[in-house]
Amino acid sequence: MINNEIRHTSSMRLFIQNFSRKKLGVACLIIVSLIYLVGIFAPLLAPYDYSETNLLKTQAGPDFENLLGTDRLGRDILSRVIWGIQTTVIVTITGLLTGSLILGLFLGLLAGFYKGIFDFIVMRTGELVSSFPDILLIILLAATLRPRITNLFYQIEDNLNISGLISSGIIDYLVIGIALLPLSWFGTMRLIRAQVFSIREIEYVQSARTSGASTLRIITKHILPNVISPLIVTSTFGLGAVALSEVILSFFGLGVQPPRPSLGAMLSDVSGRGGASVSVLTNHPEQLLSPIIVIWIMIFCWNIIGDALTDILNPKKN
Amino acid sequence: MLKYIFRRLIWMPILLLFVSLIVFILGVYGPGDPIEVQLGNNYDEVNADRIREKMGLNDPVLVQWVRYVGNAAKGDFGKSYVFKNRDVSELLIPKLIVSAKLNIISFAIAISLGIPLGFYAAINYGSSKDPFVVIISLFFYAMPVFFTAPLLILVFALQLDLVPAAGWGGVFDKRIILPALTVGIPGAAVFVRLIRASMIEVLDSDYVKLARAKGVSEIKVLWKHAFRNAMLPVVTIMGFSLAGLFGGSLIVEILYGIPGVGRISLDSVYSRDYPVIMAIVLLGSSALVVANLIIDFVYTLVDPRIEML
Repeated sequence: MINNEIRHTSSMRLFIQNFSRKKLGVACLIIVSLIYLVGIFAPLLAPYDYSETNLLKTQAGPDFENLLGTDRLGRDILSRVIWGIQTTVIVTITGLLTGSLILGLFLGLLAGFYKGIFDFIVMRTGELVSSFPDILLIILLAATLRPRITNLFYQIEDNLNISGLISSGIIDYLVIGIALLPLSWFGTMRLIRAQVFSIREIEYVQSARTSGASTLRIITKHILPNVISPLIVTSTFGLGAVALSEVILSFFGLGVQPPRPSLGAMLSDVSGRGGASVSVLTNHPEQLLSPIIVIWIMIFCWNIIGDALTDILNPKKN
Repeated sequence: MLKYIFRRLIWMPILLLFVSLIVFILGVYGPGDPIEVQLGNNYDEVNADRIREKMGLNDPVLVQWVRYVGNAAKGDFGKSYVFKNRDVSELLIPKLIVSAKLNIISFAIAISLGIPLGFYAAINYGSSKDPFVVIISLFFYAMPVFFTAPLLILVFALQLDLVPAAGWGGVFDKRIILPALTVGIPGAAVFVRLIRASMIEVLDSDYVKLARAKGVSEIKVLWKHAFRNAMLPVVTIMGFSLAGLFGGSLIVEILYGIPGVGRISLDSVYSRDYPVIMAIVLLGSSALVVANLIIDFVYTLVDPRIEML
């Protein structure tokens, strides 16, 4: 027991040591953490509210009052970017928790451990989902689900006599979350499953089983610690994709609904469905650049972090 | 091997049947009523019900689905709800051709830029040139299409006035340049990363070391021993990119106003034109599944070490 503790902390320390040697990876981790902190503390950091309009000052350039200028309704762009980051934070974290961690890990462990018919069903379902053209499936799901989910929430509010549920924007997050689910779980699940396949045949797991350890104990004590590191890598790669998918959905008006800000919705304000707006592009490129640069930095950093993690956790490359 | 091929060939149509069932159910239970859309202001209950009966929309969902699949197998995807009396296939074929043209050009840009650059990065692995190429490629890879498209329009169409900002005129028209670059450059970045990674791995392998030890010339080692093997993972991505021809490049088509599959699929999601959506999803899925199958076979042909049982 004590031995196990020591081994565990030292491998974690080794991992941190290795990661801290990747300078670019560390720099990107810091940048992403800063962006996430900005999102989490949006209510404190944003100078204005995201829906606060000032019709006397629309389409204004940057000045001291509005550091990044205002949009066509006179809303402060800096504030909207900060609140938009919060949306990204919420979507990526819920996406990570539901898709990768819960569904992917859980199904992967079970499929790897029980094999047989359960494994067959999970694998075939995954193949089915991944044979859809992905962006199209996400868009289709979001468009189809939204009215259903909205109705459901109206019913819940009416029946329980509560309000504020819909105005809290929970519907948007739920729609996005469910629409992104098919995309995120299968990769993690397949990876965990493969890990479990190889680990379950190793002697110490075999001996644990022969000495009468329960399935739950074998999974949590012997298998889970071994699948943590691949789980981290796939999840990191997944986060960039989830963030981008939310941007795409909101860009097409199927994700976060106005006035709630999202980086994608801000983009579609400037260069929406009808094509890029020429006058805004030439006169106020900052309206386009502000949300874009945040998205760009985030995806760039997620990729660098993912690369660094793969390098460390893949012993073949070292 | 034969058993494997057999299993895959059996599984493929089953997979596509399930795909069609899922889209069908989404269509039936999704919001919006096709008859309401079709009749517009002339909607009345009696008339609508008569049309529903005639179109078989009152039958059980499974019956409708079986009928749809039966017709689809014969190449008949039904009629569009929005564009009255037009067959879905007749509507889609010109769009498919447009998307395919755009994608082939972008694909050509992606490989002609990506493969040499990836190769260059790999042979300079460990020197200062390698991380430079890697970071530049990641820089472009992470660049969202929403950004490249407006930026290219801003610079090349509005400021320099070299090409028109949007529209479509076929492969030999100036207007294809910007969208093709928008899709092609991030695509090239993908190839750089892939080729580099697999080249580095191959160059480190025993048989390359042996070839060098034997005194085979460097150029021959790189081309004959390393490059051909390093192309293996690239085959996968190539396969999927080609399958993507049917998906269209959604965002690019919207931003540049190109009348391709991406454009019509988004429009039909908005207008709930389910026959069109279903045909597009089915075509896209079929392309993906077939590409997957071909990739597997190419793998076994190229690399005799892989035995699929």
